[in-house]
Amino acid sequence: MSKFIFSRLLQAIPVLLVVVTATFFLVRAAPGGPFSEEKAVPPEVLKALELKYNLNLPVWQQYTHYLGDLLRGDFGPSFKYPGRSVNELIASGFPATAELGFYALLVAILIGSCAGVFAALKPNSPQDYIPMSAAMLGICMPSFLMGPLLVLIFGIWLDWLPISGWGDIPGDKILPAITLGSGYAAYIARLSRGGMLEVMSQDYIRTARAKGLPERVVVLKHALRGGLIPVVAFLGPAFAGLLSGSFVVETIFQIPGLGRFFVQAAFNRDYTMVMGSTVFFATLIVLFNLLSDVIAVWINPRLRSQVQGG
Amino acid sequence: MINKNLFVLFILVLLVGCGQSESNVSSGNRIGIFHMGNGTEPQELDPHIVTGVPEHNILSALLEGLVRKNPENLEPIPGVAKQWRISEDGTVYTFQLRDDAHWSNGNPVTAEDFRWSYWRAMQSALGNKYAYMFYPIKNAEAYLKGEIDDFRQVGIKVLDERVLEITLTNPTPYFLQLLDHQSYFPVHRATIEKFGQPDERGTRWTRPGNFVGNGAFQLTEWRLNKLIDVEKNPYYWDASNVTLNGIRFYPTENVSTEERMFRAGQLHRTGSIPIDKIAVYKKENPESLRIAPYLGTYYYRFNTEKPPFDDQRVRKALNLAIDRRQIVENVTKGGQLPAKSFTPPDTLGYTAKEMLGFDPEQARQLLAEAGYPNGKGFPVTSLLYNTSEGHRKIAVAIQQMWKQYLNIDITLNNQDWKVYLDSVNSRNYEISRAGWIGDYVDPNTFLDMWITDGGNNQTGWSNPRYDEIISKLAPAAVDRATRYQLFQEAETILLTELPVIPIYIYTSISLAHPSIRGLSNNILNYVSYKSLRLDPEAKP
Repeated sequence: MSKFIFSRLLQAIPVLLVVVTATFFLVRAAPGGPFSEEKAVPPEVLKALELKYNLNLPVWQQYTHYLGDLLRGDFGPSFKYPGRSVNELIASGFPATAELGFYALLVAILIGSCAGVFAALKPNSPQDYIPMSAAMLGICMPSFLMGPLLVLIFGIWLDWLPISGWGDIPGDKILPAITLGSGYAAYIARLSRGGMLEVMSQDYIRTARAKGLPERVVVLKHALRGGLIPVVAFLGPAFAGLLSGSFVVETIFQIPGLGRFFVQAAFNRDYTMVMGSTVFFATLIVLFNLLSDVIAVWINPRLRSQVQGG
Repeated sequence: MINKNLFVLFILVLLVGCGQSESNVSSGNRIGIFHMGNGTEPQELDPHIVTGVPEHNILSALLEGLVRKNPENLEPIPGVAKQWRISEDGTVYTFQLRDDAHWSNGNPVTAEDFRWSYWRAMQSALGNKYAYMFYPIKNAEAYLKGEIDDFRQVGIKVLDERVLEITLTNPTPYFLQLLDHQSYFPVHRATIEKFGQPDERGTRWTRPGNFVGNGAFQLTEWRLNKLIDVEKNPYYWDASNVTLNGIRFYPTENVSTEERMFRAGQLHRTGSIPIDKIAVYKKENPESLRIAPYLGTYYYRFNTEKPPFDDQRVRKALNLAIDRRQIVENVTKGGQLPAKSFTPPDTLGYTAKEMLGFDPEQARQLLAEAGYPNGKGFPVTSLLYNTSEGHRKIAVAIQQMWKQYLNIDITLNNQDWKVYLDSVNSRNYEISRAGWIGDYVDPNTFLDMWITDGGNNQTGWSNPRYDEIISKLAPAAVDRATRYQLFQEAETILLTELPVIPIYIYTSISLAHPSIRGLSNNILNYVSYKSLRLDPEAKP
């Protein structure tokens, strides 16, 4: 197993290098510079700024400088926020994003797997159609619609929940978590339904039923473990997606997370911040994919023997 | 199923737990804390680096220049300077600083503080994009451009601990107004030097706990993308007249979120409002909606180097085929004024002659004279704007008007902000949308941008007489009447040759809770925090 993890980590290095290189040159190739403004900036000032941030050097020299800093774990100063380093911006935004992602994942797993399993028990019946149509709606409804809708219903009409903020008023984390998690809940519902349907037709389930076990035990004890394997494989990419895709929810609910910085950085041509957050998220995605592969191997006996044998 | 039940239970417990807590507005009214939506996360809180409105909003609570503005009429009123004298020829200003002006650490605010701060603001290494605000001062431009090295040659002199003399190149009637701009705010030398070099960008001096200011409030908390708190500064010279105990600024990038926060009682005041909500507020909650004329012009610029826009008749025809009333009444709907000149009306008493009409008949005739009868042969033209729903709607309306009245085809081209800036600056456009917000209340800020090769004149347009008026004659004018007469002449040239077509005059639109007292409508949307009060008796 450790050999498997080690080789996967080695494979991650070229992946990250490609991400760094591609992002570095792409962001500089985009028209418009970090210091352009609507009102003309005096040329002397612009020159001083470019000097300060090494933008006067040839691009390949900027690239080697950047790689050197990166190896030391230094993402450099933000262009847009002169008083902050990229490391500081990431450190300040990431906890909220991670917490939001975690709650959203919980929401997604709880609602998604319950709905999926529930639907799989009576396929092609209303018990299947209703949760699955809801899931389809959840997949289709973007968070910029879902968020304001939930806010309108629970925040303004019913006045049950706070409509924005993060950790200021009790309950203000509920709506963002549901908004962000609902799309993923829908995916998980479909995945777990599919997984459960496949498992429920297997021989060992028939055996369990033949033994006279009650249906509840058959489902919860025998079928669930196998039925949820596709969900587990999805969790890694899902969590990475929740972390890097929280921009819209963070903006709607005024959450001081990293997603807002990530997207704004691209608009602002804040080169170092674009680089820093891309590299950071790319690393996370690689790590979570690895983690979910490891878990998938661990809970699936067939894969486990393959890894150990090979 | 057990999981699901547990989850529902969990949600219910949370719901009961939160119930209805007191809103920010009612708690704020009780304890004197003003909650304000403030656009984007501030870049920095260094007055000599930042350029945006959100930053200015916070800095004007933390720092004070020599002069302030009367929030009612924007006339200069004493700030750190208790009085000033202007020489006969209008070029030498002598400021007498008040004896009781202090920094938030108790140090006195001296004339040397101002001299040093202005010196710092003019260091090019600092990257002050607003450095040009110092150009009216004698030799400041030469110093900034590196033509002279000795700062003593710049017209800023300390005569006494509390007396500062500033010498200008020309009498500049709007000079006092500049002193309330963030570029002219003083900074605390010892604090800045404690955290780095004077011309070093982004040191830690602006962090809470480090920041030393001289304004009515002091910085107590700065949580990224969340809030900035300031509280009353006991060392402020006029602290006894400051009623608010503090202000909380929220970065609210998303205007819809901001409006919902206002509706839920989380904000006293917003920075703006979604366009589609204006009508709703007008109908249901008019006392919260505030619309005031704003010192800015929304316009389209032509690339006059590209045919057919090198032909004045074509530009005129396009101008005459725009029904501005339709645009402000049916598209922008926020009380904007149809533009009748480039400078907004009544800019410090200056109202230009109305020269922009709507006359499709004459427009068609001019286009025919230019060689395009009924639009025949007119090249397909691209209209560039930066991506935004508001700009798109206006562009669509004008596209239709030009099609309807002139039978010409316009394609719409939207670009992301920085790409748009790049296209405009490299003159890679035919017609582009633009807006200009005055830096100070004087016609000069609208007219000096159109001189030949001016940094903000991306039209390629040039007129020697115009340059002469703006660069030589108007600055040397002895009185306001002569000066305004010259501006009128310049504006007439501009609106005759039309390198740009003004469309409407902006309004500032915001939401303000009825409990706020002392908030005035002025054309800069300027808020004097020290004059604000919150009425705890007002209905929540």
